[in-house]
Amino acid sequence: MANVSATTALRPVRIPATASARRKHPAVSGRLPVLLLFLPPALLLFSIFVILPMGEAAWYSLYKWDGYGLPTQYVGMRNFELLFKNGAFLTALKNNAMIMIISIIIQIPLAIWLAMMLAHRIAGVVLFRLIFFLPYVLADVAAGLIWRFVYDGDYGLFASIAHLLGVETPYVLADKDLAMYAVLAVIVWKYFGFHMMLFIAGLQSLEKSVLEAAEIDGASGWQRFRYITLPLLGSTVRLSVFFAVVGSLQLFDLIMPLTGGGPFNATQTMVTFLFNFGVARMQVGLGSAVGVVLFLICVTLAFTYKRVFMRHD
Amino acid sequence: MTDVVSSERLTAGTKAYLYTSLVLISAIVLVPLVTTALGGFKDLADLRTNPFGLPLEWHAENYTDILFGDRYWRQMVNSLIIAALTVFLTVSVSAMAAFSFAHVRFFGSDFLLNYFLIGLMFPAATAILPLFIRIRDLGLLNTYWGVVLPQVAFGLGMSILLFRNYFRNLPEELFQAAVVDGCGYMRFFWHICLPLSRPIIATVSIISFVGSWNSYILPLIMLNSEKMYPWPLGIMVYRGEFGTAWQLVLAFITLTIMPTVIVFFVAQKHIIAGLTAGAVKS
Repeated sequence: MANVSATTALRPVRIPATASARRKHPAVSGRLPVLLLFLPPALLLFSIFVILPMGEAAWYSLYKWDGYGLPTQYVGMRNFELLFKNGAFLTALKNNAMIMIISIIIQIPLAIWLAMMLAHRIAGVVLFRLIFFLPYVLADVAAGLIWRFVYDGDYGLFASIAHLLGVETPYVLADKDLAMYAVLAVIVWKYFGFHMMLFIAGLQSLEKSVLEAAEIDGASGWQRFRYITLPLLGSTVRLSVFFAVVGSLQLFDLIMPLTGGGPFNATQTMVTFLFNFGVARMQVGLGSAVGVVLFLICVTLAFTYKRVFMRHD
Repeated sequence: MTDVVSSERLTAGTKAYLYTSLVLISAIVLVPLVTTALGGFKDLADLRTNPFGLPLEWHAENYTDILFGDRYWRQMVNSLIIAALTVFLTVSVSAMAAFSFAHVRFFGSDFLLNYFLIGLMFPAATAILPLFIRIRDLGLLNTYWGVVLPQVAFGLGMSILLFRNYFRNLPEELFQAAVVDGCGYMRFFWHICLPLSRPIIATVSIISFVGSWNSYILPLIMLNSEKMYPWPLGIMVYRGEFGTAWQLVLAFITLTIMPTVIVFFVAQKHIIAGLTAGAVKS
């Protein structure tokens, strides 16, 4: 954690924003050349590939367009109406919400539990940490394919577990009622290690004396956790929730190898919907409308997060 | 390590509970990975009857065929080129911009910084169709740049923020001393700022490298010939081609994630720090 501690250690020294605006830099000549050389590359790249496309998405979302020539067929809010009448899109919204909820009620408690266990001084802690973090560094696509094999009803692990138990092999990913739960399990498998790391970092920064004092006062392990550790981890919990929410909104790479959004659109997320209905069919207007909805959700969340979470910053 | 649990008088019962839980979770993490690697050594019949155990007969040819073919290597090289270009551009472009924000006073500096921070708020997927059209109109479809440029652009917000916070924390005296000695902005940036910023350069590089190495949606949309495919696209194509010949697919998956796993175990400290630092500090 060298990097984290290096910068956080420096943080208290940091000059408050108002003072730093008036930092007494001696008048140095050559301010203009440096700005003209250093800023434009970033500005150009960012404007051309981030800001303009976002604006264009808003513009295209008002048209029916196949992507060739110029958009001329103005349809107003029709794409948005179509979107919110589309069963697959509504499923996608519901799935996105479900991923957030599962991340919050299963993944984060799991991560805290593991982080607490790994806070004990026992042999093998480093190895366990590594193992738990490993799925996070694997590409989503690879993880998705691996789990596609695990779930495979003919050759996979599920097939042989079912065989051992003497029950009929479930084809989990082909079952529209089960597929989403299977996907959720993979999401937890893939990402809990990252959240666990956040909590390990959070635990490391706790003031130990408080816990010691509580212990001397006779607080039980659970009481210490419930009334001291957990409240002190508040900011980490909020951070973790934020990443779970943002991650769920972007989820695409993991779904494609697992189910591609199927069966019967049961596992669509907003981004897989955008891909399957907007990109693959070159319905630029409809796809852009999804982008706009996604953007609005992201921005709303980001501002809420800023107000709730970054107050102190 | 920490000792949040202040006293370390663990009873045998506690220890047993800890290890059972940890080993169980480790098993859930590792079993799919290990069966994947072992599955690559089996033949299809063996895979069907015995997916967990060791192969009855070790079929190394599943692996060697892939390793001696050029498909695997081409994908690795493509991924490497795209990732290297992405890292280089992200680091240089965002370090320069961040330096301007941290050390050069100019009108509109706060406004401009906030402009870049908009990029933190939404993923590339939101604008993927207009991006596709832009890249197409620029004639960059099916080139490395068609993937690299959007990737870099969407990483700028985070990288500029990380660099700027780091640069601002460099001691002010350095700058004053440098100026007294007649050092301009450029030389200060190049000879003083950057050499002192190795940790943050490493962090930004790791974040953008891992992001690029694993990325799927941008190459999927921007590239259309298999010759250009990075490995995440490549394994999807491979899986489509070999369908249910799972033993080959598993061998291919194992080989493609091998570099990640090896690098992760060798440089785990830096990678974990880099990936969580990016998250915590933004």
